[in-house]
Parts: sequence; structure tokens; C-alpha cells
Amino acid sequence: MNEPIIVIEDLVKRFGDSTAVDNLSLKIFEGELFGLLGPNGAGKTTTINVLCGLFKPTGGKVLVDGFDVQKETSKVKSLIGVCPQDTAVFKYLTGRENVELFGSLYGLPKEKLRRNASTLLNRLGFNGYADVLTSKYSGGMKRRLSLIMALVHDPEIAFLDEPTVGMDPQSRHAVWTFLRELKGHGKTIILTTHYMEEAENLCDRIGIVDHGKLIAVGTLDELKEQYGVNCLEDVFMQLTGRKIRDEM
Amino acid sequence: MNFRKVLALVRKEFKKTTREPAILFLTILFPIMLTLAFGLSFGAVGGTQQDTFQIGLINMDNGSSQNWAQSFISNLTSTQVLKVNIYSENHTAQFDLQQGRLKAVLIIPEGFSEACSVLKVSSISTSKWKNVSIPLYLDRGSIIATQAIPPIIQQALSTTVYGPQQNIAVQPIRLDLSMVEVSKQTAFDYMAPGLFAYASIFLTMTVAGSFTGDRENGLLRRISTTPLTATEFMISQVFSNMGLGLIQAIIIFAMAYTVGFRPQVEAGNIIVAFLIMLTFSLCNVGFGLITATIAKSSNAATGIAFIFILPQMFLGTFVGAALSPTAQAIGRLVPSYYVTDAITSLLLRKAHFSSPTVLLDFGIIIASSIMVLAFGILSFKRYGKA
Repeated sequence: MNEPIIVIEDLVKRFGDSTAVDNLSLKIFEGELFGLLGPNGAGKTTTINVLCGLFKPTGGKVLVDGFDVQKETSKVKSLIGVCPQDTAVFKYLTGRENVELFGSLYGLPKEKLRRNASTLLNRLGFNGYADVLTSKYSGGMKRRLSLIMALVHDPEIAFLDEPTVGMDPQSRHAVWTFLRELKGHGKTIILTTHYMEEAENLCDRIGIVDHGKLIAVGTLDELKEQYGVNCLEDVFMQLTGRKIRDEM
Repeated sequence: MNFRKVLALVRKEFKKTTREPAILFLTILFPIMLTLAFGLSFGAVGGTQQDTFQIGLINMDNGSSQNWAQSFISNLTSTQVLKVNIYSENHTAQFDLQQGRLKAVLIIPEGFSEACSVLKVSSISTSKWKNVSIPLYLDRGSIIATQAIPPIIQQALSTTVYGPQQNIAVQPIRLDLSMVEVSKQTAFDYMAPGLFAYASIFLTMTVAGSFTGDRENGLLRRISTTPLTATEFMISQVFSNMGLGLIQAIIIFAMAYTVGFRPQVEAGNIIVAFLIMLTFSLCNVGFGLITATIAKSSNAATGIAFIFILPQMFLGTFVGAALSPTAQAIGRLVPSYYVTDAITSLLLRKAHFSSPTVLLDFGIIIASSIMVLAFGILSFKRYGKA
């Protein structure tokens, strides 16, 4: 097995009286595609936000490629790419302009930036639409563009927060193929999703969080075997229950 | 500091300005429309304006050996400012005044010529004088008519009674008005310095809307995941808004020039006026950031921005000149007051850019802009990013 590229030790994140992440410890290995699953409000996005340096942890320690996220935030930020849950794209820019803007913010040289942007835009189906304002894009196109914006600088580690939500099956399968290619190039990907099928198809290992705690972690087969069920959804329902969760 | 990153964000801001209709309107079209509207309403396209006022006149003088009333009417007409319409009776003239067709109604009373004749022959024997009053009714809906017409009529009356030369001869100490250029200036000339500040004030709204919008859409958080530092981000915002402030100042100056504003000053004064506008744009970025900190949404930001826009607009621009002395004193608390005052000194009063009043105004603008901007940045960083 490769070396751990992300090490989370006893991570705690509180917002006032509410504990979003509760003593979470986890190691993610280089080149791994790791799936982080959990019901709404379980603490997935908060964990990702701490890993990206957006939130300061209340307690615990997080190392990304050996850098302490709290103390060496700028080094961590230059290593990672983040596709957030919100479809955060500038509506008054074209797809290409959005991608090139974010590439510039990572300090990519002009030529490499243009090359990377064109390659990724073509790869994810933007032929003919790259120079159209994103206000004219469909929801699925914006999600794909958001993914490209996270990856244009060719990061070693990608945090993808529900990247395929709202996509049609064609787009979703195209993204899956693309993520497999990235993994093939040795990239580490941390993916959160509500689609069990997505996690089953893509992830090397899966972690399930609920109420801020990591309640299960392992490969798909390990989890099925451990809980004596045939699919990931059954594992998930068994661990998190059937009560509807709402997130404020 | 990585200037490529800053430049990338500045370019993004300029694209937003040209592609977002609301921002394009407030930043570029609004100053054009504002200057054109005020210029056409209060000035004259392509030069200075000479106002003419329609006045009604009823001559009730019964005349004497010398017809002084005709001489008075002739002097009124020769001012070129008054267009005299003769009425046979007061009722019709008063009706036209109420309908806004006339700016004033003047009645030459019975005995006017006789009173003038007596004064002429017994100018030092006051006991022989015959007193007459000349009723003058003014259009109460016109501030210009009420202020401009009485002195013009007074002047024509003095010329009639004493003659143009005699007036000078009998008064060894007199007021020399030959240096006064007021008659060459239009109301718009007095407003133009205030217009510079007026348009820039609205940067508060665009900055607040931009920050709250980007926050709502998760774009600020997304940018925070990149290696861009907070300083680089804020510098990009300051640069782009200073650029917009400069463009606004150029637009207003160009439009004002088009509609007749011709400041007869040296280039240094104009350059300093533009520098003042650039500095003032920082102040409005600061107010925009404070607004974005308070506002929960971009819609709320539009409304809250008026907390900062209205006092600056009413107390600090050309509007303030019409306010009470108390309101004008309060106006000294808003930065736009000093912008308008400094630009008025530079462009209208022809004060040198190194003169104390200009330097004091500029110093206050710099200090207040830095304070407001620093407070805006700190408050947004502390409370506004979430």
C-alpha cells in the first residue's frame, strides 16, 4: 500500500454548541479514490472544508502531504483542487474564462494554463460551448465546469464534494470515466456523494460518517462482509438508520 | 504578492462591469445619463447659457413732461435678460404668472414719472420727494427667478432715475462688477463638481452587491480554497474599483464638457481633481464592504447601501448647497462634502492645487478613505465572509 497522503487525527470541529465533526481519525493513501458517505448534516462537507484550510479545526490535527493544514495552509492550498458542493461559477464569464481564471489563481504559466483548460474542456464535452457565457449553461454543464475549475492546475489531491449531483446519466458516466483516468495518473481523490452506485463504481475505500463520527471505513467488499449485506446502500441504511435527516 | 493573480481578478471585475446590465448601468451609463440630464436641464449644449425671463408689465403711469415709464421699460428691455410683455390690466398678467408663463409681473404705478421728475430737480431736498412703490410679483416656483430678477430690475430702475454715468459719478466708492464672471456661468457649472462625487457614491452599491452575490453563490469560499492570499484578493478589488472610479470621472468630465462645462484652469488642477476622485473611490469600496458585512443577501445589500449613499448624496454633493446652514454643517461629516469642495476650488474657484484649502480637503479625503476602507476590510474579513 502507498504512503498516507492525508492524515486526520482526532479532528473536532464545533460551531457554537453544535459539534459537526467529532474526534474523526482517518488516513487516505496516495493514489486512492476515497469515498466519504453520510446523511445530510453528517459532517462530510465540514471535514472537507477543514482539509482544504477553509475552517480552523477546534481540535485535532490534519496533515496533507506532510503539511499541517493549520500552520502551512498556503502550501496545502497549492497542492489541492476543490470542487465545492455549490455550483460556484462566475455567470458573467464564459466556461473557458472561468477555468483560466482559477488556473491563474494557482499561478499556472499562461501557455500551460491554456493547454490544460482546452484539454479538460474538450475532455468533458464543452466542444463549441467553452466560449459561451455560463449563464446559458444547464445545471449539469455547470457541475462539469466546476469540476474542471478544480482540476485545471493538475493538483495531486482533489476534494470533490458531490461532483455529479444534478447530472444526467450520460454526464455522470463521463465524469466517472474521467475520475478513473485521474486515479490512473496517480492522483488522490476524496469524493463525497449521496449516490451509492457512484461510490460502489469508483471508490477504492469508503468511509461512512454520521453525527460527525466516522462509523465505518473499508473497501466495498470489506463493508459488505462486515455487515452481512449485499450492497453498499444496505450497509449505509443499517449504520445510519431510516430517519429522514434535514440540514439547515 | 503575485501580480498575475491580482491582474486576473481585475480583468474579471472589468468583464463583470461590461457584461452585467445592472452594474454596467450604475457604473457607466448612470454617470452619462446623470451628466447629460443635468447638463441639458441647467446648462446649454456647447457653451454658456444666457437665461431670458419673460416678465409681464402693466404701465399705469399717467406720464408728465418727460415719460419716465417708457425710459424704464426701455432700460428693462436693454438688459437682454428680460423679455417684457405689456399687459393692459393686472388680472390677466397675474393669471399668466400663476400658469408659469411669466417669471414676474411688474406694475409701474400712477405718478411714477412725476416722482422721477421731482427727484431729478430736487435730488438733495428730500422733503420735496414724492414716494411711489413699484409692485413686483415673482414666480414662487422658480428659485432662479426669485433670486435673479429683483436685482436686474433694481439696476434698470437706477439707470432710469440716475442715468448710467451719474450713478458712478455721485458715488466715490463703488462696487466694480467687471471682474465678476457670474453671468457667463450656468447653473450646471456650479453643479458639475458635485456630479463627480455623486456618481462615485454609487460604487458603494455595486461593491456591496458584488461581494454579497459572490458570497451567496459560494464564489468567495471557492476562491478561498486557492493559494490566493486575502491581501491579493483585496488589492484586486481596490484596483478594479479605483479603475472604475477613474473611468467614471473621465466619463463625467467628458460629458460635462460636451454640455458646456469649460473649467478655465491649468492641467494640474484637472489632474488633482481626478486623483481626488480615485481616492474617493476607495472610500466607497470601504462603504461597500461595510454594507456587504451587514447585508445577508445581495438584495438586502442594495437597500442597505443607501444608508451610506443618501447622506453623502444630500449632504456632500451639489444638493447640499440648497440645504439649511445646520444641514450644511452636518455635511462636513461626510467625505463627499470635501470631494465637492476640493473639486469646486480646483475647477471653479481656480485655486491652485497646492493651495491650503485644496490640500486640507484632499488630506481629509485621504484620511477618511483609508479609515473607511480599513474598517470595511477588517469588518468583512471578521464578520462578512461566512
